[in-house]
Amino acid sequence: MSTLSLMSLGSDGWGLAMLVAAGVTLSVASCGFLLGSVIGGLVAWVKLSGGAVARAAADAYTTILRGIPDLLIIYLFYFGGSALLSSIAGLLGPGGFVGVSGFAAGATAIGIISGAYQSEVFRGAYTALNRGEIEAAKSVGMHRALMFRRIIAPQVLRYAIPGLGNVWQLALKESALVSVTGLVELLRQSAIGAGSTREPFSFYLAAAVLYLAITTVSSWGFRRAESYAMRGVRRT
Amino acid sequence: MGETFLKLLEGLPLTLKLTFSSVTLGLVVAMALATMRMSGMPALDWFARAYVFVFRGTPLLVQIFLIYYGLGQFRPALQALNLWGFFREPYWCALLALTLNTAAYVSEIIRGGLQSVPRGQIEAARACGMSPFLLYRRIIIPIAVRQALPGYGNEIILMVKATSLASIITMMEVTGIAHKLISQTFRAIEIFICAGAIYLILNFVVTRAIQALEHRLSPHLRDAPVPVQRLDPAISSGVDR
Repeated sequence: MSTLSLMSLGSDGWGLAMLVAAGVTLSVASCGFLLGSVIGGLVAWVKLSGGAVARAAADAYTTILRGIPDLLIIYLFYFGGSALLSSIAGLLGPGGFVGVSGFAAGATAIGIISGAYQSEVFRGAYTALNRGEIEAAKSVGMHRALMFRRIIAPQVLRYAIPGLGNVWQLALKESALVSVTGLVELLRQSAIGAGSTREPFSFYLAAAVLYLAITTVSSWGFRRAESYAMRGVRRT
Repeated sequence: MGETFLKLLEGLPLTLKLTFSSVTLGLVVAMALATMRMSGMPALDWFARAYVFVFRGTPLLVQIFLIYYGLGQFRPALQALNLWGFFREPYWCALLALTLNTAAYVSEIIRGGLQSVPRGQIEAARACGMSPFLLYRRIIIPIAVRQALPGYGNEIILMVKATSLASIITMMEVTGIAHKLISQTFRAIEIFICAGAIYLILNFVVTRAIQALEHRLSPHLRDAPVPVQRLDPAISSGVDR
């Protein structure tokens, strides 16, 4: 059977299952990335304006999370999360083993990891802001929330787009590791297909092509977003 | 906890071996790719571009699976070529995947370094009559290496972390042992802390080594050593300390 007929979208092909799995990959990566944006934003805020202790904690968070393999962090959330939930369940009632879903553990792990990277992206983007604009906003009497909404957030996002694009690519590739939890995303689905048809090369090749398509389209999207966001900025 | 730590340390030699071999071999492949990319010959240039695009656009784990499990589909052909012994071993497959993957990233780092060399310096060297070899040895390579070093340091750290993926194809390096211990004892947090500490120490050493090298290679960016001045006896005697 050729790779193409193996991947057909009909009832006897694996195409549809692979596309659905690609959707799962996209959703686990997006959930993780969005969680990471929230964490990254908060951590960047702490780094920029927190007290000495909070700043040290934020720095430790980024250093540690960037120095430990992603796979180990996914194991921590998957196995550690199950152990934690089981012990809580043991306190509340009859107990027994409570497992964390692969999706939740994976998205949380990706969120925590990409949060570490995103905090650096946001911090860098904030330092690229023109000090004068913040002073101007203060001098016209804007309160902090308004200043954040009108002056800081739009410009930080603008400068952060290229960095966020890189972090998104990382999140997407990390999502392949979530397959170790048994979540049927693209790589896991390929392994299932490879196992039942004994054509592993065709399946992993198809997975590679789908990943390549996703990364290509998303890097194009980020480039478009960047040129749109930078439309009012003079290039030197 | 101490016992866990010692058990995890048994995986350290394999982690180090995988990192060292893939970084070294990857550098060689990367240099070849960067040369192709800058050769000006369209066929070589496009090959290198396509290589970088594919290896940077897909997850490393997919590349590992494609080599380790995927090539099994061509077992008779590989056996005929006497290559099956190589592709049957998870160690060689992991090493091959890590090498090919890092080569893609490093070739771009090398290219960036080479392109950062100011044109004027190259022209000046040519005007002095330097041969191409001397030009590379004295001007281009020192400047390019200095430029590329921080990015290359990051890539080495990524590789230290990437060797953990070899555990998925049964290699018992630090993460592999950690996974085995977690599924035996379910003490995920304790094992995570020990394994994490090993990787953090490893990456700390790499970071420091790169920083030391960077410091050594950029004497022109440091302040000139301040010559020791003889203190005026009147002033020095007035100071208590």
